[in-house]
Amino acid sequence: METNKAKLDQILKEYSGIKGALIPILQKTQESFGYLSQESMGYIANSLKMSAADIYGVATFYTQFRFTPVGKYVIKVCHGTACHVGGIKILDAMLESKLDIKPGETTKDGLFSIQQVACLGCCSLAPVVMISDKTYGKLTNDKLGKIIDQYYTAEKEGKTL
Amino acid sequence: MIEIKIGTATCGNAAGAQKTLEKFQILSKENNNILISETGCIGMCYQEPIVEIFASGKKFLYANVDEKVAEKIFTDHVVHNNPVPENLIAETENEYQFNKQKRIVLRNTGIINPEKLEEYIARGGYEGLKKSLAMTPADVVKVVTDSGLRGRGGAGFSTGMKWKFASDSKNDKKYVICNADEGDPGAFMDRSVLEGDPHAVIEGILICGYAIGANEGYVYCRAEYPLAIKRLLEAIKQAEEKNLLGKNILGTNFSFELHIKEGAGAFVCGEETALMASIEGKRGMPRLRPPFPAVSGLWAKPTNINNVETLACVSYILANGAESFNKYGTEKSKGTKVFALAGKIKNGGLVEVPMGISLKEVIFEIGGGIKDNKKFKAVQMGGPSGGCIPESLINTPVDYESLMATGAIVGSGGMVVVDEDTCMVDVARYFLNFTQTESCGKCTFCRIGTKRMLEILTRICDGKGEDSDVEKLLDLANKVKNASLCGLGQTAPNPILTTLKYFKDEYIAHIRDKKCPAGVCTALIRFDINDKCIGCGACKRACPVAAITGTVKQKHILVQDLCIKCGSCYNVCKFSAVDKG
Ligand SMILES: Cc1cc2nc3c(=O)[nH]c(=O)nc-3n(C[C@H](O)[C@H](O)[C@H](O)COP(=O)(O)O)c2cc1C
Ligand code: FES
Repeated sequence: METNKAKLDQILKEYSGIKGALIPILQKTQESFGYLSQESMGYIANSLKMSAADIYGVATFYTQFRFTPVGKYVIKVCHGTACHVGGIKILDAMLESKLDIKPGETTKDGLFSIQQVACLGCCSLAPVVMISDKTYGKLTNDKLGKIIDQYYTAEKEGKTL
Repeated sequence: MIEIKIGTATCGNAAGAQKTLEKFQILSKENNNILISETGCIGMCYQEPIVEIFASGKKFLYANVDEKVAEKIFTDHVVHNNPVPENLIAETENEYQFNKQKRIVLRNTGIINPEKLEEYIARGGYEGLKKSLAMTPADVVKVVTDSGLRGRGGAGFSTGMKWKFASDSKNDKKYVICNADEGDPGAFMDRSVLEGDPHAVIEGILICGYAIGANEGYVYCRAEYPLAIKRLLEAIKQAEEKNLLGKNILGTNFSFELHIKEGAGAFVCGEETALMASIEGKRGMPRLRPPFPAVSGLWAKPTNINNVETLACVSYILANGAESFNKYGTEKSKGTKVFALAGKIKNGGLVEVPMGISLKEVIFEIGGGIKDNKKFKAVQMGGPSGGCIPESLINTPVDYESLMATGAIVGSGGMVVVDEDTCMVDVARYFLNFTQTESCGKCTFCRIGTKRMLEILTRICDGKGEDSDVEKLLDLANKVKNASLCGLGQTAPNPILTTLKYFKDEYIAHIRDKKCPAGVCTALIRFDINDKCIGCGACKRACPVAAITGTVKQKHILVQDLCIKCGSCYNVCKFSAVDKG
């Protein structure tokens, strides 16, 4: 927690004196730790002189914020209109059976989490999936399966994609 | 000097443009005569990755350039000056001509390098700002009013009038907000403009700031667009270096500071009052208007909020005059509009057309019609706030009033085309699921009304609908429409109302016959493998959940308990051995 505190202090310092900075502070915190823990929210509340309940209230309003740890790679599966009519549910089923987790969950090895999102803005390449910050379009079961395998291979070789 | 330009917007990258870029970089490593650069989205997303070669005074546009094609283009064209006909889609000495299109908002996307301010300036960038600064603020507002520009974020309110209200508000502090939340799932024009031509938007914001008397602004951009945010930050930095942003811009008394706020994933934050609450660091809940933002907006100061595309139009209008814009379009809907074509359409991507051309021209002539030669069923416009327009109304002109008359809306400009394989009840349920999840919960009609409507639609899709459900849906829809607090609830029933109006027979088939005519609703369909199966194994490989078993050259078996009814087996089978019923 000591190192976490140092990191949080750094984030809080960056935004000190800036109006309406709560959301960017939470975003930076999540970026650093992967999720918003109860401790970090409490710590931020103390520093900003706000109640922890208010902070939790803001954080739970937005779908971006997570309150449990996530895997190394977050797979964002697009559930926008174009991807819906373009057959995203087939990819959903494939991912769920290949990784053995449901949306919102993380694999036992901590490598992948699945998250459903609204639209990734590449609708003419539907169905679309984003892994970390990389976007993959025109997917089929086969293609996505191979992409996931690439991540597994990289992991075995000690690399990060 | 030969220039190789690769489209590396998110759509290009999703199709593999980074690999193409790397390939060209490796190939041209030791050649000082070759310049490799990046550009935004030229609009033909279905043919990405797209590459342009500029050689001997001519531009050559290539489509579907994967690593292999890149190698061929490099050897044949770049080195030996022989263009590669298989992938060549256009060549010209001037500007590309796009069938029936007129590019104002997209004037630079896919053409310039968005990370180079010089390239924007070389094409007339920041002329609009210079001209504005030489005029009085009131005259700038007048040019915008005369252009007839209406807000491109959905509601279509006159931009000039909105600016007038904000400039009439007396206060020492005012704000400009650019709405880049692009919440409509199925729309991506704002992303393309921000990624491909960020300065066009920044210039529009500055002109607005000068016109209404504001010296600070925000771009509120959704978090799902990391590249757009990166490009914006870079553009702001460059503009500051050139004194186009900051103190005493271009030696005048006008100063302006611009910030980026990253959204945190809430559709309702696209609504202006919710968006401002979110910038203030609160839960993004809408509030009643009046007071309108022009009177009391961000931190209770007068605020003008416009959409990305609206602001990109503004910079063009101020540079070229009101006439250059209002000569396009219809009497009440002036200028051009960008549409994002997606769904079951052949040429998916971005198109920009003069207002007033017909849906048919957009979908069939520019969009190339329906994929795999299937039958057109409807086009969904305006996302969760919009509606579905059937084939019988395909000649409707795209302008605010005509589209509104069909029950749909222009909205932000997303057009999702659906074919005979799409179930309209499922589409309505999809949108209600969306609005129900995104309802902020502040007002009862939206919070509970969307929930009840979703329950009814779900039971219809599950084959448990009752005869009275249609009546109940209509009754609820009208109440939610009239009594909700903000646009989210007021428009949430639109997908139901339009599908009920034009596709009632599909509802009836689900309710009375317990059938889904399009074969989508999983509870109402089943797949079976018949005796035509030769055991090729294609269906077994295609099944995402391993529900098909069997050995090669023997009839395969589908285990019904495992089947999720996705239709993958039905689609891959070349021997008509999968029955759908
Ligand atoms: C639920 C809801 C979501 C909205 N989402 C967006 C959006 O994503 N982008 C946008 O520009 N406007 C959106 N709007 C419209 C804005 O409230 C506002 O009218 C618009 O930003 C004004 O800009 P304009 O006049 O340039 O169109 C939304 C409205 C509602 C009710
Ligand atoms: S609908 Fe999936 S990227 Fe837009």
